[in-house]
Amino acid sequence: MTDITPMADISDIWVYLSASPLLFLTLTLAAFQAGTWLYTRSGHKPFLNPVLTAVILMVGLLTLSGTTYETYFEGAQFVHFLLGPATVALAIPLYRQFDRVRRSALALIASLICGSLTAMATAVLLGWLMGASRETLMSLAPKSVTAPVAMGITEQLGGLPSLTAVMVILTGILGAVLGPPLLTLIGVRDGRARGLAMGTASHGIGTARALETSELAGAFSGLAMGLNALATAILLPLLWRLFF
Amino acid sequence: MLSALTLILTCQLAGELITRFLGLPVPGPVAGMVILFALLALKGKVPDDIGVVADGLLRHLALLFVPAGVGIMAHLGLIGQDWLPISVAVVGSTLATIAVTGLMMSRLARPQAGDRRDPGHD
Repeated sequence: MTDITPMADISDIWVYLSASPLLFLTLTLAAFQAGTWLYTRSGHKPFLNPVLTAVILMVGLLTLSGTTYETYFEGAQFVHFLLGPATVALAIPLYRQFDRVRRSALALIASLICGSLTAMATAVLLGWLMGASRETLMSLAPKSVTAPVAMGITEQLGGLPSLTAVMVILTGILGAVLGPPLLTLIGVRDGRARGLAMGTASHGIGTARALETSELAGAFSGLAMGLNALATAILLPLLWRLFF
Repeated sequence: MLSALTLILTCQLAGELITRFLGLPVPGPVAGMVILFALLALKGKVPDDIGVVADGLLRHLALLFVPAGVGIMAHLGLIGQDWLPISVAVVGSTLATIAVTGLMMSRLARPQAGDRRDPGHD
């Protein structure tokens, strides 16, 4: 990079930096850190979710600087790659909670499967009734599942994984905000049931919210997140082939 | 640490290969999760280094959503056109799922001695 001299003006430096993955990798981490800071400072206001803040910051920055998503992704891919290993790592919380699974196994499995089917069926049905495109329905169907798994399922159906991730994030934030008051309203006070509901409907973001309430709810939420990923990954492609 | 990361990546790779060759309706990383779970069950415990690496990955799970979330930019057209169906489906389905799962579990699960303890000590 011999064309960079101490006299180079700001646009030369921008051209140099934006050609390297380092800039957008760093900015992605910084935006998430900023989001986390804001979330902590606000006393964990659900609508100040760190993922939402980071996405808004990055989209704003890319739009203002005229950067394409492809250029951004050259840097962000290093973060994105970790979704795969993170999915594999879900085996650990699943294994640690195995004793709890066994003790309420039947109730848990029945509730989880009903919840999982409700999530898929109501999303596709409501979307279809409202006239969503086929591609949108493919992204809506696994919206309650943790992002790496949901994106994998959509990819397999032939949809757009990044659109799915947006649905997943919307679903996660919505569940984290509205889930606890809804559960209280309908009289669900059992920590296991509250956790299971949050994790089944709203994956990791719901689990983070459940953990704030109690460790019991958090444990069941994390468990539900893993099991719903498994249930949806198995059931959704089969059901999709059956109906479409 | 290195061996734990190698094991996790090996499980993912094995999962990718198995799903591809057998044409299973499951994403590779999910098959990798099942493989790792089976290995842990065979071993009978979570080795310390694997626990540390897995917890590290999952602690920052939210961060891993960001690059794909920024993809909203690349698909603004599709979202703009389908914003009403998407809003109705996401709101309606999320509330229905939480209500159905929560009500069923609270009716079906018997209270357990362990679940009545102070959740903080659970």
